[in-house]
Amino acid sequence: MSAFASHDSATKQSAGVAITAEEIAETGGRAPEAVAQYALRLGDDALMLSQRLGWWISRAPELEEDIALGNIALDLIGHARFLLTYAGSAWGKTEDELAYFRNEEEFRSVRLVEQENGDFGQTIARQLLFSFYQYELYSALQSSTDQTLAAIADKALKEVEYHQDHAAQWILRLGLGTEESKRRIQDGLYYMWPYLDELFADEPLHDELEGIAVRPSTLRERTLERVTALLAEAELEVPNVAQARLSAAPRDGAYSEYRGYILAEMQWLARQHPGATW
Amino acid sequence: MTEQTTTADQAATTAEQQHFEHLISEDSRVEPRDWMPEAYRKSLTRQVSQHAHSEIIGMQPEANWITRAPSLKRKAVLMAKVQDEAGHGLYLYSAAETLGTPRSVLNEQLLSGKAKYSSIFNYPARTWADMGAIGWLVDGAAICNQVPLCRASYGPYGRAMVRICKEESFHQRQGWEILYELSHGTEAQKQMAQDAVNRFYGPALQMFGPPDADSPNSQQSMQWNIKRFSNDELRQRFVDMIVPQAEALGLTLPDPDLKWNEERGHYDYGQLDWDEFMSVIKGSGPCNVQRMKRRREAHAQGAWVREAAEAYAQRQAREAAEAAAAASATDAEATEEFTVVAGRGSAELIGA
Amino acid sequence: MSENQTGNWPLWEVFVRSSRGLSHVHAGSLHAPDATMAVRNARDLYTRRNEGTSVWVVPADAITASDPDSKGGYFESAQGKSYRHATYYTKSEGVKHL
Repeated sequence: MSAFASHDSATKQSAGVAITAEEIAETGGRAPEAVAQYALRLGDDALMLSQRLGWWISRAPELEEDIALGNIALDLIGHARFLLTYAGSAWGKTEDELAYFRNEEEFRSVRLVEQENGDFGQTIARQLLFSFYQYELYSALQSSTDQTLAAIADKALKEVEYHQDHAAQWILRLGLGTEESKRRIQDGLYYMWPYLDELFADEPLHDELEGIAVRPSTLRERTLERVTALLAEAELEVPNVAQARLSAAPRDGAYSEYRGYILAEMQWLARQHPGATW
Repeated sequence: MTEQTTTADQAATTAEQQHFEHLISEDSRVEPRDWMPEAYRKSLTRQVSQHAHSEIIGMQPEANWITRAPSLKRKAVLMAKVQDEAGHGLYLYSAAETLGTPRSVLNEQLLSGKAKYSSIFNYPARTWADMGAIGWLVDGAAICNQVPLCRASYGPYGRAMVRICKEESFHQRQGWEILYELSHGTEAQKQMAQDAVNRFYGPALQMFGPPDADSPNSQQSMQWNIKRFSNDELRQRFVDMIVPQAEALGLTLPDPDLKWNEERGHYDYGQLDWDEFMSVIKGSGPCNVQRMKRRREAHAQGAWVREAAEAYAQRQAREAAEAAAAASATDAEATEEFTVVAGRGSAELIGA
Repeated sequence: MSENQTGNWPLWEVFVRSSRGLSHVHAGSLHAPDATMAVRNARDLYTRRNEGTSVWVVPADAITASDPDSKGGYFESAQGKSYRHATYYTKSEGVKHL
């Protein structure tokens, strides 16, 4: 029984200090074309994953977990808003024009973030791979010579550290919990693993952005090392499964068949009322 | 209490009872470990847990729009709001648990249909404008109800309400703002806003409960300083508040009898459909079945995850105990090493 | 923890330090399978608006409280000892820095 009194000073609130999408729109300056293309890639990943995770709010295994997954989805949509706002500055477009009025083939997200939520195990498997990758990515992007990207990475990294920890805690609990949880998380890992390579695929764009963008292939070793170590601790196997082939260039033409469904749901209202403000 | 109760026991009970009554008459606060009449405990447990259930079921109509919100800013705001509602449910369950009923039991009462929740959440949220109407009218009515509850005689309930009211002020404003954008947008948007207000006005007014004459529990609740104002008083306060707010939106409220009464200094409003209210409470609202099904599914499908986490915690505890046993069995040096490790663990937990 | 056997996560009491220099203050409770998850859930539940710089979680049944039944008596000893307070000493009125 909880028998103790709470006190008013424990409810003192503030908005805190951090960059916002609005500030980037006002002061971020205009992104050069290639930088915008790069920001679009990172922004689309965050947007798609946020869209997926947002579904869990009101459906999670326990109320505390509704809040935890909600927090991660909120962080990610924050990152998406920074990145799409910055990308849009190159083309005179707003974050919403990019999110709601591009067609499927114009998005640049990786297939991993578009995969279905499945059960909690499948979602955690996706969280593991993506948050560990994103942690390495933003750690490196902090020293980008592009000031806006570096600032976004700095803010995002602090939040991704938490996403990573959330995934790791659940990997341990599901891996070492019950027979059923072990089976389910292992299944989830097998399901998500084929989309791992794409995270680390270099594109010509990265050659153009030396010192500004992070070359994805440089993140591979460190990410996999840490993922593998965690799986060993959780007594889970590293999936022995082929990587899903890319039918076209990574992030540019190759995308999952889920993307259409995600966008249909996300965009229909905005598209029904073109030019409207909300 | 049995027939055999001794005189000493009776005297003690009377002293406890006097203490309780003293606290109430002083308008002081009752705290969890204080003696309280069973009826007070029962009535509060019911009220606080129903309030918690309403927050949790109330997540659903809005969560349905997270994936479809028409701008990224609105999507973020809505996610934060629905997430807050889970938090409010938890604050309230936490308060209810101090009365002696574990959350698992309260949850079971919700899932089995034994416990009620606010009937408003059994109405569908069909359009984006409903996110505005829910924020403005439903959260608005809730705040109206909740502000006096911050002074409820039961300490943990009052404190939960303080926290919730602080957080909910943004909920109502964001709803009003959604409607403002719509009513100042295209003709189709304005229509959408008006339609939502038309549908939520009546049910929002009913959130304060039946008219005072038909609300038998209210009197006792007011005597205990749980409730501070009657249903009709709060409803009137809310109507007086929203009329000018609707005008500022450029929207109308769907009530032909709504007009200023100079004599009373309040707005008069029309009869509400209490038959509908009772039938929705009893389960025949448009969405009762879906709301309960979704809650039950989430709970059932999460069972394996909750069990896994529990099993892991037990495994960790077992391993720690084994490590401790092994350490104490070996030489003093090893024992010392273990103590250091354990000490660091707790320092991490407590550290700033 | 007893609730563990009934298939439910145990209850934890949460204490939040709102800013440096202040004590941790009780904020409420939550359920979590273990201390690690409890401290994480506490962050999400009780500090969504920068309410805290540090969080403690304590198993609810690990807290020992003063006996509520002796409410008057237990704290009686501190009553009536006004000489423990500076205001008791009035002779120095008007003398500065005392």
